[in-house]
Amino acid sequence: MTNHWNDLQHTDVAMIIGANPAENHPISFRWLLKARERGGKIISVDPRFTRSSAQADLYSPLRSGTDIAFIGGMINYTLQNNLFHKEYVAKYTNASFIVKKSFKFDDGLFSGFDEATSSYDKTQWAFETDKDGKPLRDEKLENPRSVFQLMKKHYSRYDAETVSTVTGSPKEDFLKVCELFCSTGKAGKAGTIMYAMGTTQHTVGTQNVRSYAMLQLLLGNIGLPGGGVNALRGESNVQGSTDFALLWGDLPGYIGAPKAIPEHATLEAFLEKETPKAGYWSNKPKFVVSLLKAWYGPNATKDNEFAYQMLPKGNKNYSHISLFNAMYKGELEGTFLFGQNPVVGGPNAGKEKESLSNLKWMVAVDLWETETSSFWQKEAGSDPSTIATEVFLLPASSSFEKEGSVTNSSRWMQYRWKAIDSRGEAKADLEIIHILATKIKELYKNESTPAAQPIKALHWEYGHGDHPDIDIVCKEINGYDYKTGKQVPGFGALMDDGSTCSGNWIYSGFYPEEGNNRSKSRDSKNTDGGTNFLNWSYAWPANRRILYNRASADPSGKPWSEERAVINWDASQKKWVGNDIPDFVPTKAPTDEGGTNPFIMLGDGVAGMFVPTLNDGPFPEHYEPFESPVPNVFSSVEMNPTVKVWDGDFNKKGNYKDFPIVATTYRVSEHWQSGSMTRNQEWLSELVAHMYVEISEELAKEKGIKNKDKIVVSSARGDVTAYAMVTKRFKPYKLNGGTIHHIGMPWHFGYKGYATGDTANRLTPHIGDANTMIPEYKAFLCNVRRA
Amino acid sequence: MVEINLNRRQFLKLTGATAATLAVVELGFNEKEVHASTKEFKIAKTTVTPTICCYCGVGCGILVHTNDETVVYTEGDPDNPINEGKLCSKGTTLRQLYTSEKRLTKPLYRAPGSEKWEEKSWDWMYDTIAKRVKETRDKTFVHKENGITVNKTETIASLGGAALDNEETYLLAKLMRGLGVTYIEHQARI
Repeated sequence: MTNHWNDLQHTDVAMIIGANPAENHPISFRWLLKARERGGKIISVDPRFTRSSAQADLYSPLRSGTDIAFIGGMINYTLQNNLFHKEYVAKYTNASFIVKKSFKFDDGLFSGFDEATSSYDKTQWAFETDKDGKPLRDEKLENPRSVFQLMKKHYSRYDAETVSTVTGSPKEDFLKVCELFCSTGKAGKAGTIMYAMGTTQHTVGTQNVRSYAMLQLLLGNIGLPGGGVNALRGESNVQGSTDFALLWGDLPGYIGAPKAIPEHATLEAFLEKETPKAGYWSNKPKFVVSLLKAWYGPNATKDNEFAYQMLPKGNKNYSHISLFNAMYKGELEGTFLFGQNPVVGGPNAGKEKESLSNLKWMVAVDLWETETSSFWQKEAGSDPSTIATEVFLLPASSSFEKEGSVTNSSRWMQYRWKAIDSRGEAKADLEIIHILATKIKELYKNESTPAAQPIKALHWEYGHGDHPDIDIVCKEINGYDYKTGKQVPGFGALMDDGSTCSGNWIYSGFYPEEGNNRSKSRDSKNTDGGTNFLNWSYAWPANRRILYNRASADPSGKPWSEERAVINWDASQKKWVGNDIPDFVPTKAPTDEGGTNPFIMLGDGVAGMFVPTLNDGPFPEHYEPFESPVPNVFSSVEMNPTVKVWDGDFNKKGNYKDFPIVATTYRVSEHWQSGSMTRNQEWLSELVAHMYVEISEELAKEKGIKNKDKIVVSSARGDVTAYAMVTKRFKPYKLNGGTIHHIGMPWHFGYKGYATGDTANRLTPHIGDANTMIPEYKAFLCNVRRA
Repeated sequence: MVEINLNRRQFLKLTGATAATLAVVELGFNEKEVHASTKEFKIAKTTVTPTICCYCGVGCGILVHTNDETVVYTEGDPDNPINEGKLCSKGTTLRQLYTSEKRLTKPLYRAPGSEKWEEKSWDWMYDTIAKRVKETRDKTFVHKENGITVNKTETIASLGGAALDNEETYLLAKLMRGLGVTYIEHQARI
């Protein structure tokens, strides 16, 4: 989230799209209801009339997979009706930049597309620059080659009629959403967009989010209370585990992992290639070297590139679908699972289960026996005698049987204390990881093979005994002066000469001195005068609660409006003051160079309306999902042309003729993710005991299905049997004159636990977004019949 | 143990805090005497520890009441500014994560081709896993590729971690990269 949960109460209009917080983030909804008490409005845009829709002032349906059409239409509405915040757009975004003539857009394709590689030559999308390399600008936004004018032209195609035809949203509903949400373009008004996996799990997931950001920038809604683009995180520490880089492409703190390319062959070359000349990332060498010191300790020296060569360098995409494809092909021998259950939660889950039997060994660390760790059982439909996989199932402690911190969606790092000893012989993951590391290091102790070097070089000193000293881990994450051992006050103190270490620079500052682990801060008084709770927990980075808050003030440093003030420039004190930590150099005056550039992480200092670095284009453009019931109305290009298509048996594709119904998946309040944490509990299992599929009354009538009938839903990948829930919450969509049915189902079920049922993900495809490879769970084709 | 905001609520003591009768009175339970006495009985002489809910990303505060043997009771943490004591259905049933009969309490091993789990000691599990990791690494480790030092193990994958603590994710990322693992993924994408 750019903002935070408590901040939602300040919004004038909240648009919830691709999320259902009333059901899936229930407590967050209190703050939206508080906003409504203050006169705020709530909009829900969703394929289904959800519990959030039921609480909303305005609801519009939208066919799964058509967000860009919908938001593109809103962008068009904003521009055509002059509802945007002109000064904000001109000064704080790259709308004023002039784009080179080589950039073109024609019939669904941007310039530079190479069909052979399904990729773009992005250099064709560059900006015109002056002799110093700075982009040329027209702050009047009139130049026909300005981003603003190109954007206006691009989205002029997204008129209300076409949007309605594509999305299935009735034109009048769509226009009501436009009118209400775009009212926040006035200074003094703030609108927020709240989204979750309904937005991201598409072949155009990244561009879906981009379209939200563009709309929010046009309306001047980024950086102020009640504004922002707010991703609602679905797991207690998925924010933290992402920050700490449990993802193939990153090192902790969003430092891209080195690759097996000549430009990354040495630390010097890597830093040269990956360090931008301007913006805060120009400090990257300090963060990289401090990380290497944290990981390799005394084994990282100036003379050995701070052990940079010990880091693995990959040569391909290693994300979830690729990983299971490699496993399917027998390329993996071993897999560790820390609380993950892909046999229920993975896309095309039948194939993921099948792939597991190709492993030689699996280590599953969990509180429960899951469908994944027991994939070899008869109960799972397997023949154990034919499966040679060794499985090690280690019992893990629950969250209150150990201590440590988690980072919520607001980026607040909150501490959890240990309440009780672990159940049975269960152990904390910290201890399990620690002992495994120690044992593996021990095995390599007397070896000097290439394989032994990196693991021997890894600095692993976390105290005596089996249980590691978490305080040492915390200090290493925060960082300290390597000579004195004294903790650094924050990431500003990190150095690139090996004199400091820090395991994750964005968290540096949470533990600035002995005895002051700020994730343990529990003062919930509003000492800041706002609702930012600066003394409750610690928010990365630097305890900032509202990101980009420099943009809450006008270029001269005065808040756009008093009621939306966060920080302002105090000329007498010569610094930024307010009720949040400035997301800006605290002493940089508006008149200083770069003093009006609020987006300090970006090289140009302004936000990107036009982003020439994404794989699928500088502007979001609507394409149909991998499986779609209709041709693309906007162009002759059906699907995002830059996605990787996995085919053959690994990912069968269904067509409209055999599978004419659009389906999506979602969650319920009483269950969580793959269900192992809730289906193994009595009360929650009793509350929602069965797998079901929601279908409209119209579809039910057509198929002769009654409420509670057993039905079979099938896709090209598999089928599930479940109870029919005949509902008014889904309505048939009118698209281009035709009628398309839309259904949905929860994805929590499997055969283990108290509450059992068929796994929805046996239906979903193995296809991912062009930038993130996030699977397209949320829009696929199926058919329905009575069981 | 943690210092809970004593100024606002004379509710909990410091280390080994005992929920006092006073708290029950303050919260107004005295108006419903029967209910109050039940409450008082349940959480009397328990230790109260604040935690953060392990489910979604809202980060609600929860107070865990324990005695020497078990988790007696859990409730929303009134001091946490996010939830101010409120919880959803999942947060409310946190206690059953401890009490559920389905919890794994011992390390279990499944041999190749076997149709059952066997109980094993932690030491045996650790030693055998470490051996497997080493065997796989030693056989498949790539030191150089096209003249570039790559030091990678592309035959081992690490999945998961969105429910781990930050400190755990840090050590896990450090260990996996240290082993040269490139297939590192977790629930952020799925």
